[in-house]
Amino acid sequence: MLNAVTLLLLFQLAGEAIALFFKLPVPGPVIGMALLFAALARRGGPSPELRETAQNLLQHFSLLFVPAGVGVTLHFQRMADEWLPILVALVASTFITIAVSALVLRALTRHEPAHADTERQR
Amino acid sequence: MSPLLGGNLSELWVYLGASPLLGLTLTLLAYQGAVLVSKRCDGHPLANPVLLAVTALVTILWATGTPYRTYFDGAQFVHFLLGPATVALAIPLHAQLGRLRRLAIPLLMALLAGSLTAACSAVLIGHLLGASDVTLISLAPKSVTTPIAMGIAERIGGLPSLTAVLVILTGILGAVGARSLYALLGIEDHAVRGFAIGIASHGIGTARAFQVSEQAGAFAALAMGLNGLLTAALLPWLIPPLMRWLR
Repeated sequence: MLNAVTLLLLFQLAGEAIALFFKLPVPGPVIGMALLFAALARRGGPSPELRETAQNLLQHFSLLFVPAGVGVTLHFQRMADEWLPILVALVASTFITIAVSALVLRALTRHEPAHADTERQR
Repeated sequence: MSPLLGGNLSELWVYLGASPLLGLTLTLLAYQGAVLVSKRCDGHPLANPVLLAVTALVTILWATGTPYRTYFDGAQFVHFLLGPATVALAIPLHAQLGRLRRLAIPLLMALLAGSLTAACSAVLIGHLLGASDVTLISLAPKSVTTPIAMGIAERIGGLPSLTAVLVILTGILGAVGARSLYALLGIEDHAVRGFAIGIASHGIGTARAFQVSEQAGAFAALAMGLNGLLTAALLPWLIPPLMRWLR
């Protein structure tokens, strides 16, 4: 557990350092994730310890969003002033995005036996 | 100072509120309560644990007149874990490596289309209806999982805490509406269904996809991780010119 946490923090630190050094616009933890992904692909997979720690951390992933979400208290005025554009943009954009992604993927996979492991559920 | 607490209680609250312990404990209690309620409601998309916990905490802060800064002094310990948790997303992502290789081209094309659509449609619709620049920039990363979205918002000049709220609302919208939309479009393949909701509605959509089937969930998790990476790489180049063009 301690090893795995140290490893995650090291990858995050490396990500932050790379983002800062090369003045990259990508957040440090995302670079850390990409680095760890590359390392796992090279090594052939995570150690059982790392897998378990990641599982524990991600099991309560949504808890980690709560402190930031409470930050809405700082933006009540903005939300009250701009509720219409915010609401319409969120609803329309979410459904347009789902539709575009699904239609593109279906169009590209329709004629190939691409997902041989797909059990057609309907 | 506080709308609800009287003399002695108010003093006790001020004393306890000065230490980070209170904000941290309240966050964990509110979340566990929210998870219980969500289970009672059979994981109904509207009974989202994040939404419930945030609502409870906002009410408590309001009722006690506690500023967000004071609360965050404690809650920052939970918030800090977003960094290592984001790095840890590499592990479930790696578990999809085989699938990723096999379907690489179609998945990446759908990902690129979906990722661009998510950011551009939100910014354009918001702009047409008169949203301010800061709101538009904060809207752009709304389809990406919160830690990544907040990092992007910070980089491109939005408000990370506003983005966090918009991200959570986007997740809930997708989880509630996707089924009807798929029925309307005649999308039946669970791999396609999962991948699309993962792009548009990140972790909350992924949780919903896992309720539908294992296959939909795996593709949603894959889409969520990839869209986080792609959007983080794209938006800092895309949003500044887009905002200049809109002005």
